[in-house]
Amino acid sequence: MEQKQTRLLSAVRAGETVKIVSVQAGRGLNSRLASMGLMSKVQITVVNNSHPGPFVISVKGSKMMLGRGMAHKIMVV
Amino acid sequence: MVMRKITVAIAGNPNSGKTTIFNMLTGARQHVGNYPGVTVEKKEGLCRYKDYEITVVDLPGTYSLTAYSIEEIVARNFIIDEQPDVVVDIVDASNVERNLYLATQLIEMNMPLVLAFNMSDIAKQIGMVFDIEQLSKLLQAPVVPTIGNKAKGKTELLDAIIETAGSDKVQRTYKINYGQEIETELANVENLICAEEGQLAKKYEPRWLAVKLLEQDNDVIAKVKNKKVQDAVTASTEHLKSIFGDEPEIVMADKRYGFISGACQETIKTTVESRHSSSDMIDAVVTNRVLGLPIFLILMYLVFLMTFKLGRYPMEGLELFFDWAGSSIAGLWPLGSESWLRSLLVDGVIAGVGGVIVFLPNILLLFFAIALLEDTGYMARAAFIVDRIMHKIGLHGKSFIPMLIGFGCSVPAIMATRILENRRNRLTTIMVIPLMSCGAKLTIYALIIPAFFTEKWHGPMMWLIYLIGIVLAIICIKLLRLTVFKGETMPFVMELPPYRMPTFKSLCIHMWQRGWMYLRKAGTIILGISILLWVASSYPKPNPESLRDLDREQARQEMLEYSVIGRLGHAIEPVIKPLGFDWKIGTALIGATAAKEVFISQLAIVYAVSSREAGALGSTDAPETTLRDKLQANYTPLTGFCIMLFCLIYAPCVVTVVMTKQETGSWGWALFQFFGLTTLAYVVTFIVYQVGSLIMT
Repeated sequence: MEQKQTRLLSAVRAGETVKIVSVQAGRGLNSRLASMGLMSKVQITVVNNSHPGPFVISVKGSKMMLGRGMAHKIMVV
Repeated sequence: MVMRKITVAIAGNPNSGKTTIFNMLTGARQHVGNYPGVTVEKKEGLCRYKDYEITVVDLPGTYSLTAYSIEEIVARNFIIDEQPDVVVDIVDASNVERNLYLATQLIEMNMPLVLAFNMSDIAKQIGMVFDIEQLSKLLQAPVVPTIGNKAKGKTELLDAIIETAGSDKVQRTYKINYGQEIETELANVENLICAEEGQLAKKYEPRWLAVKLLEQDNDVIAKVKNKKVQDAVTASTEHLKSIFGDEPEIVMADKRYGFISGACQETIKTTVESRHSSSDMIDAVVTNRVLGLPIFLILMYLVFLMTFKLGRYPMEGLELFFDWAGSSIAGLWPLGSESWLRSLLVDGVIAGVGGVIVFLPNILLLFFAIALLEDTGYMARAAFIVDRIMHKIGLHGKSFIPMLIGFGCSVPAIMATRILENRRNRLTTIMVIPLMSCGAKLTIYALIIPAFFTEKWHGPMMWLIYLIGIVLAIICIKLLRLTVFKGETMPFVMELPPYRMPTFKSLCIHMWQRGWMYLRKAGTIILGISILLWVASSYPKPNPESLRDLDREQARQEMLEYSVIGRLGHAIEPVIKPLGFDWKIGTALIGATAAKEVFISQLAIVYAVSSREAGALGSTDAPETTLRDKLQANYTPLTGFCIMLFCLIYAPCVVTVVMTKQETGSWGWALFQFFGLTTLAYVVTFIVYQVGSLIMT
């Protein structure tokens, strides 16, 4: 079933639900993101991805805003 | 009856309603300050219940207890070092899974724990049903449903706190299982710690130490001095990395979530997916890519308007009151007599106290507005909307608000930096706030500009001087970011809490806390310094004989010149000469450190003109020689411009200095700001004057 390509979170369109494959940030940031629920194997939904504008995702029932830079560091499938 | 004293620490994620629970428990009996040495806010309150006197400490809101941010370290150190009798973890009941992550770490530290499932009404509304009893069993801590903003669940929570405080420390039998590989390494490290680091093992939970060491927590690693333990930790982490192909801490975070979702699956039934429906609708408008920025700017304008326009009326009232108080006290002495006591009371104490209290309406109104923005949930959106702009400068989106307030007055602006969670952002913002042209500096510009420039240039000049302040602020931020506050800018990840209706009571508590803190802490120091400046501008007194033939204005001029400040003005003349300033301006500049508007009255005194005319805006056509005419006769437009430039940048006023000390927790930062800005002012004005003089000739 899962033959979709791994891609950057920033390329995901609003409304799509994807699964995090990896977070490619430094150690400190990685664990901070993990404490907020953003880590591999977690399902997230992109709520808003309009350019320019906030990048908003929904994870474990909370909405979160990410910087664009952040969205480039997260790989999803 | 003897009261039993216990300490309770309140932990929880940001937006979990921590503050509402804190307010619910302590009411208005709160004390707001800083944790010693760090710019992190500390709130403490008292609560009496049954025969207990409970000290409640509100820890900074955190998602975790790692050592990556100062807030988390502060929260963690408080829990470890102060050993509170109970830790209450506030959990947003409508978002349990993510909120329990913090709880897993508190469980690991083996803290006596009570879980408050807050906003349980919202959770119920969206169809969540909890098996509280089973959940308590799984998490091995009492779970109490609460509704903070409606004060529901207060007695139940207090009962749970007292019961937990009274019972002996339970050794929790149920542990988060990290899986065989990690558990083997954990056991190994834990045994080594107990054997080699006896002192540490006594103070901290050994298993927690082992977990933190494998997570490569810098703070804990630094505590371990024993080589054997260090080597074992390195070997273990390397081993785990090779097995999992990932940092051990990430694998462990994953296991914690596994534990949580296991516990939740058994105990929480949910029927509805989203808890955001109405919030989504508001967000669609408020964070809309076209409408977002205009809405934000309008709201900010309203905040500014409310703070300064609405605040003007009580402010004027207070000013009138202090004028009246001053003149009535002065009236106690016979007309024409010069008494030092009268001068001390009127010019020193009353002027000083007045100078402190007139800011109070601004501060109260500003913090009411900020509380409103924060409690409704808009602040998080606002931060995001301007973040792209602010980020380029090197600051957080939220810094926009204090900077904007800085155009009204630096004092509330510096207090407003409390909305910034990140310490480095907060300090950077505080340092540059005085570069925003405040209301007091505006009076200086209003005096100088018409004196030296033709009508046509009034607007552009004013605009230019404001712009210079902003540009300098941006340069300073960049410089500070590269030097003193080096380090990665916090990448932008922020939770968007659902919109909520704030309660009037919590807004008032918030507002009153700030106002009271300002009065009590800043007030005393500012009063002291005001009196000191009064002494410096009044003493020593010249020989009365020499004043006999002079009129009132000339006598005042003579007295100021003879005083410490006048002498200082003379003394610094060689230093400020390259800026185009003489001793008269020097004297006024020194006096103006009390408050920028004093610059005008001091200048009026040294030029022996009545200060009332000098300060009044439309007084150019007054029949007497006004201060503007005097200035025009004595200085070039270039000097006039340099005066404005110097006043814009140099040493912030005393109240600001004290606020900076207060908010940063150290005189070091206040002095850094004071001398840093003065140096900057000197350099900039020097260049402008020297280059300007060359061009002019």
